[in-house]
Amino acid sequence: MAAGAIAVVDYGMGNLRSVAKALEHVANGKPVVVTADPAVVAAAERVVVPGQGAMPDCMRELNERGLRQAVIDAAASKPFLGICIGQQMLFEHSEEGNVSGLGILRGQVKRFPADKMHLPDGQKLKVPHMGWNEVKQAGPHPLWNGIADGARFYFVHSYYVAPEDVACVAGTTEYGIPFTSACARDNIFAVQCHPEKSAQAGLQLLSNFIDWKP
Amino acid sequence: MLAKRIIPCLDVTAGRVVKGTNFVDLRDAGDPVEIARRYDAQGADEVTFLDITASSDQRDIILHIVEACAEQVFIPLTVGGGVRAIADVRRLLNAGADKVSMNTAAVQNPDLVAESSAKVGNQCIVVAIDAKQSAPGRWEVFTHGGRNCTGMCAIEWARKVQQLGAGEILLTSMDRDGTKAGFDLALTRAVADAVDIPVIASGGVGNLDHLADGVSEGHADAVLAASIFHFGEYTVRQAKERMRERGIEVRL
Repeated sequence: MAAGAIAVVDYGMGNLRSVAKALEHVANGKPVVVTADPAVVAAAERVVVPGQGAMPDCMRELNERGLRQAVIDAAASKPFLGICIGQQMLFEHSEEGNVSGLGILRGQVKRFPADKMHLPDGQKLKVPHMGWNEVKQAGPHPLWNGIADGARFYFVHSYYVAPEDVACVAGTTEYGIPFTSACARDNIFAVQCHPEKSAQAGLQLLSNFIDWKP
Repeated sequence: MLAKRIIPCLDVTAGRVVKGTNFVDLRDAGDPVEIARRYDAQGADEVTFLDITASSDQRDIILHIVEACAEQVFIPLTVGGGVRAIADVRRLLNAGADKVSMNTAAVQNPDLVAESSAKVGNQCIVVAIDAKQSAPGRWEVFTHGGRNCTGMCAIEWARKVQQLGAGEILLTSMDRDGTKAGFDLALTRAVADAVDIPVIASGGVGNLDHLADGVSEGHADAVLAASIFHFGEYTVRQAKERMRERGIEVRL
């Protein structure tokens, strides 16, 4: 595989094409490979784990396709970006289908609580949380470079991550409750939103990831 | 706070936008990808393609359009029209669509909504409801591009599709579509208040206040329009500025 490759892990869940195309758009010619091969993931310079749909299906597919260990190894060793379910699966457990995650970060994945899904004026908040919402940055991070604090990103999800370790919270968003919308630890960065669908702010985040030297 | 969305919609047949547009500096006013890029640049929150291709042998053309769009437009793309089976849903998502919208097929085969939602996640499944008023406070669901009346109550059908696993509802008032008289706000509000999933209002937009009304009076989570943007009367940005003036949260 060419040097400097960015591997997008394909475990059969979701729209990998969009993620790959957005990365290519900002990769300055670095190769972007969509792969289901653990050896390719292991050889890549950096790794992106997207994910759509339901967390139990994502975990099952990751395991059945023999990619679990490759993802764990990547998260321990090289620039790693988790997107949506790719963020949720880093945690220990999800309420969605009562399934275990990879346990790389400590904490739970929870559903938006029905009794909090309204604004102070009583207006109902819909689930899934779908659309453009603000991400408040917890502090400076290389992946926030050039992105305004409070910039809007595109979200679509019904579950959110609740890390035990507040030090790994990189961004928060309000939707009925404040929730963690970005996490960071060492070489890991993970977001609940879809940077590949978040116009300029999203492309900037992906570009920052490609340049990131943790 | 979550922004209310503005979604320009393009009718596409055999890979070309049907009505074209009046954008002054477009190379090709019939190219859906170029038009989608323009809307992205104006700040559109999503783009919707409605494939109205009549002949089935030309139907795969939309896949190439979606692929090209996914390479150049980095906002969500919804594609509807001609979706009959889960294989159609998969093909569109694999080509790069973010959401797939189904209408007639959902009525004829509600299991399609349930099955595709279970397979690809409810965030990808939009059910489009074409509704027409039959009595005060009652609207009925139509299929086949508005030709067939099902007799079903639109509000009940909206609740049903949520239960089946739809992630969003695209609600079009047939009474208002093409009139430029504004959304059917009573219909929009009745449906938006009846479900817990987002509702996109459609049909009848003639000016920017109509868009704002859809949110403030109709309780819609997103507003969809075609002609007011295509013919250069207004830009998406102007629409957002007006909504902001009206106190609505938007992405600007």
